[in-house]
Formats: sequence, C-alpha cells, structure tokens
Amino acid sequence: MKKVFTTFGFWKIVAVVLLTAGLYSTYVRFFEGLGASTNLSDQFPWGIWIGFDVLCGVGLAAGGFTLAAIVYIFNIKRFEPIIRPTILTAFLGYVLVVVGLMFDLGRPLQIWHAIIMWNPRSVMFEVAWCVMLYNTVLALEFAPVILEKFKLTRTIKIIKRISIPLIILGVLLSTLHQSSLGSLYLIVPEKMYPLWYSAYMPLFFYVSAIAAGCAMIIFESFLSSRAFKRGLEIHLLQDIARVCVVMLGVYATMKFVDLSDRKILPLLLEPRFETYMYWLEAIVGVIVPFILLAQAKVRSNPTGLFVSAIMVVCGFIMNRMNVAITGMEGWSGVGYFPSLTEFSITMMIVTIGFIAFYFIAKYFPVFTHEEHHEKEVAHAAVAWKRDIESVSQMVEVNN
Amino acid sequence: MSTKKALLIDLTLCVGCNACQAACKEVNKLPGDEEKTLSPTAYTALDEYDGVFVRRMCQHCDDPTCASVCPVGAFTKTAEGPVVYDVDKCIGCRYCMQACPFQVPRYEWSSTYPRVQKCVMCHERLAQGLPTACSEACPTGATKFGDRDELIKEAYERMNAEPGKYVPKIYGEHEVGGTSVLYLSSVPFENLGFHTQLQTTPLPQLTWNALSKIPGIVSVGGVMLFGIWWITNRREEVKKFEQRMNDRQQNNGSEN
Repeated sequence: MKKVFTTFGFWKIVAVVLLTAGLYSTYVRFFEGLGASTNLSDQFPWGIWIGFDVLCGVGLAAGGFTLAAIVYIFNIKRFEPIIRPTILTAFLGYVLVVVGLMFDLGRPLQIWHAIIMWNPRSVMFEVAWCVMLYNTVLALEFAPVILEKFKLTRTIKIIKRISIPLIILGVLLSTLHQSSLGSLYLIVPEKMYPLWYSAYMPLFFYVSAIAAGCAMIIFESFLSSRAFKRGLEIHLLQDIARVCVVMLGVYATMKFVDLSDRKILPLLLEPRFETYMYWLEAIVGVIVPFILLAQAKVRSNPTGLFVSAIMVVCGFIMNRMNVAITGMEGWSGVGYFPSLTEFSITMMIVTIGFIAFYFIAKYFPVFTHEEHHEKEVAHAAVAWKRDIESVSQMVEVNN
Repeated sequence: MSTKKALLIDLTLCVGCNACQAACKEVNKLPGDEEKTLSPTAYTALDEYDGVFVRRMCQHCDDPTCASVCPVGAFTKTAEGPVVYDVDKCIGCRYCMQACPFQVPRYEWSSTYPRVQKCVMCHERLAQGLPTACSEACPTGATKFGDRDELIKEAYERMNAEPGKYVPKIYGEHEVGGTSVLYLSSVPFENLGFHTQLQTTPLPQLTWNALSKIPGIVSVGGVMLFGIWWITNRREEVKKFEQRMNDRQQNNGSEN
C-alpha cells in the first residue's frame, strides 16, 4: 500500500514540474516569439510541435475511429466495454493537437481563417477542416458520457438517433485526415530522404495509424486498469492486438514493396545516420512487435501485450519524427534539435492529456460497463451458445 | 491583356555591386544595410562562388508551390507574373516555407506577430507599367525585365551568339513547371548552389494527386460503411426475430 502511495506521489511531482516548466515556456513563446522559444529557422520551419504534437497526436488517436467502426459498423458489440475510454483518448488527442497548433502557428488568433478563406488545393486546408469536423464528431460521440452524468436523457436520445451517420462520418474524416498528414509531405520530393519519401505516404500514414491506434487502446487500458484498480479486458485486448498485428504485417509488406519498386533497397545498407534511424524505427515499431504479437502466447500474456503495444507506439512516434525531422535535415543543410522550451511545451501538453483523462474518467461514467462486465461476458457466452444450438437444431431439422 | 513578365539574370554580367538589393530595400521600405543572405529585410541577396555572383530571390513560379500549399490562400500568382502575399490572411503555419523548392520565404522569427517575407516582384510598380526596382537599378544589365517569352528568346540568342560561353541551360525555363525568374550562367548551375534535380512538372500536382481522390474516398467509403452497417444490423434483427419465433414455437409445443 505504501509503495502505491509513493509511486502516485512521484507522478504527481513529475506532473507539477512539467506543468510549471510548460507554463514558463508558454510565456516565452507568446511574449518573445517563435525565434526566442524554438530552434526553428528559415531552413527548418517545422519542428517537434508539428512532428510530435500534431503528427503523433492525431495518429495515436486513431484507436477512436478503428474501435468505433468495429463496434458500431461491424456490430461486434463485445468491444463495447472499451469504447468509451478509447473515444475519450481520441477526443483528448485531437483537442491537444489543436492546443499544440496554437503554439506552433505564428498567428494563432487567425486560426479561424481556414473556415472562411478556402484553398481546396492545399493539403493543410483539408487537414484544418478534418480536424475541425472530427473534433465536432468526437465531441458528439463522447457527449453521452457527460450527459448521462447530468441525466439529460432527451439530449442523449437525439445524439443516439444520429449516431450511425455520425460514426460513419467519423471513420471517413479519420481516413482522410490520417492519410492527409502523409499527403502534407508529398510536396517535398527533393527535400525528404528517399527512405521515407514515397508517393504512398498517405497510405503508409493511414495503415500505421491504425496499428498505433490499436496499440494505444492496449496501452491506455493497462494504465487505467492500474490507475483505477479495475480489471483488465485481456480477452478484448488480445483481439485488438490481432488487428494490430495484421496492420503491422500489411504496413511492413507495403513499405518493402515500395522500396524495392523504387529500386532503393541498397539504401538500407548505406552506413549513414538516416539508415540507422530507419532501422531503429522498423525494428522497434514493426518487426519485433510483429513477431511478438503474432504469437497467441504473447497476446494472452498481459506483460507481453503491454510491452509490444509500447514498442508499436514508440516505433510510430519515431516514424513520424523521422519523416518530420530526420528525413528533412539532410537537404535543409542545417541541423535541428528542439529547444528546451519546445520540449517543455510538448511535455506540458502530454501531461495535460494524462490529467484530463484521469479526471474525466474519475468523475464521469467512462468505465461504467466495467461493473456489469463479468455479467455481460457471461450473457454473451450464453447467447452465443444458444445461437450455436439453434443453428445446429436448424441444420438437424433441414436434414 | 497583360503578358507574363519575367526577369532574366545573366550571371556573367553581374559585378556584385549590390545595387539591386539597395533599390529593393528602398522601394519596399526594408530597413538595414547590405545583407549577404535572404532575410525578412532582404528580398534579394548576392551569393559569391569564386568571383561569380548569384542573385537569390523568389523565383515566382508559374504554378507556385507556396500558393498551392497555403491553407488560407495567402499567396496568389498574378497574371503579370509576380507571386504576392496577403499578410491579412496568413495564419503562420509556415507550410509555404516547408514546401518551397527554392527555400525562399523568410520568417520574422523575432516578432510575436510574424509575417512571411519574400520578393513580390514589385507588383505595384508592374501595375503602373514600371519595371522592377532591381532591374532598373542594375548598372550592367545583368538583371533584365521584360516579357517572359521574349526574355527566353533573348537568352537563347545570347547562348547561340557566343557558343561555349554559357552552359546550355536557362535555369527556370522548365524547373517545377517554369518560373518567372530565369538565369544564364557560364558555370554549371549545380556548382552555384542551384537545385538542379528539380522535376519539370509543377509540385502542386503531387499533392493534387492525393487531394483529388477525396470525393471518391468519401462517396465509395460512405456507401461501403453504410452497407456493412446495414448488413450487420440486419443480421442482428433477423437473429432476434428467429429467436422470438423459436421461443413461440417452443411455447406452443409445450402448450399442446
């Protein structure tokens, strides 16, 4: 018991330190400008705020639309117990992307311009609209949790009525948005190192986001099972891991075919910084977790599942950072390493995400299904058995 | 009817006097003394490579990458040639800087309300029928202002008149679909810091390939997702119905 208390105290202190540092950095950013607060330059205009806060924030929120599609479109209802925390993760992820953008934009108060000043040829325009619309969709998808608390059943009914079109819209917007973050970089064919630049970047971004989104569902379930001392839906997470491993396999195959099509496989052996970073990302994020999660033994083991999920998430983050930073450094002719201010603002945003999740989950019915969970599983099992019996009866009757 | 204007910069004629930058600063009211590199206060600057001076500035592409990537359309390619920037639209995302194949746009990093800065090809002077300030100030004719078609013709004439003097290429004629700033040189362009590997089709085509698929993805995807939902939902309804029928049958059976 004492140990639990001290670890919790430790994380509290970490959070307070990160938030304080972040607040100071926020002051520097807004009162002294981007030049004073970042290591960005004319040669390197996009740094960690785009690479991590935006690219990773959006990607790691991909669990939201993946699970929504599984539960509501494919009607696989047994995943319902984890849908609410997943939607919450996605929603917080997207809100924090906007927060991150407010730091990165030179003229953040003009962010609304994209609503009325249109340029449909711009990928950034598409990104802006997807973020706006999908934030709205996620807010509506999550709203019932808040409304339930205040017993606003009528409003919940209205939202439930439009829920299927809403879910479909959410899946479509996510598909567009995840891939369009890859499209953003299509415009820099000469600038990006060829191991990362490809005409198929939109597809790579999409597929890797689904894999990372699945890993995030597992990661988030583990953390909240510890934080809220609740059971772990290991049987559900196993199946999420199966989706993840399929996506990793598809991703690895596509990447390999793409490299060989462009006849640049030898670049994989060239001794240079980009090659090492590429292999690091591939081994940590794709190859090892693929081998691990492909085994039922690992999938059914909580530690194996958790470690593999963390690897996928880390590999995903490395991939986005490589695209945004490592891959762009060579051509730009300058080095870029984020300043302390940039780091601390990013860390502050991540911390806010964790804290917000904790408090929303604590005070709103995010994990309500959990209490009825065992019962539900039992019900499902009984119903399933009955189905099989009735089918076999029918078969017998027909014979 | 306005024809597309351009600048022809003949590097063999440039003596590095920096009169172009001085005139530019005066016309655009930019502060500061001579600058060696492009900056928010220097729309043009001279690079030196072993006695060869290279004038750097915005290339004013025919299909500008900056104009295509800007989410709020702050950049416009005018009919006369200049690519102009509207600061009142700009949100400061810096995608233009990230995307520009010539690494031209500069940012006011030290400002808390920064602008993107780059050469605007004196579009206000052009509207009055005047040439750009830099070409007017150039004492040797190294920077010449005129109609783009005629300047290209003239560039070929210069190359043909003195064979061997120039490398056989007009930089900017075809790069990323053609630009409104053209260069002639006696030294290979790649030795002067020019990016010579640029493709000849405009870069915006690359992102358009992806963007133009959106209506298809939305309509096909929407129909497909709705279809899947309908099937899975229907399956459930049928299952429920059969269950009810089954129960009723059993009940009837037990009554008899």
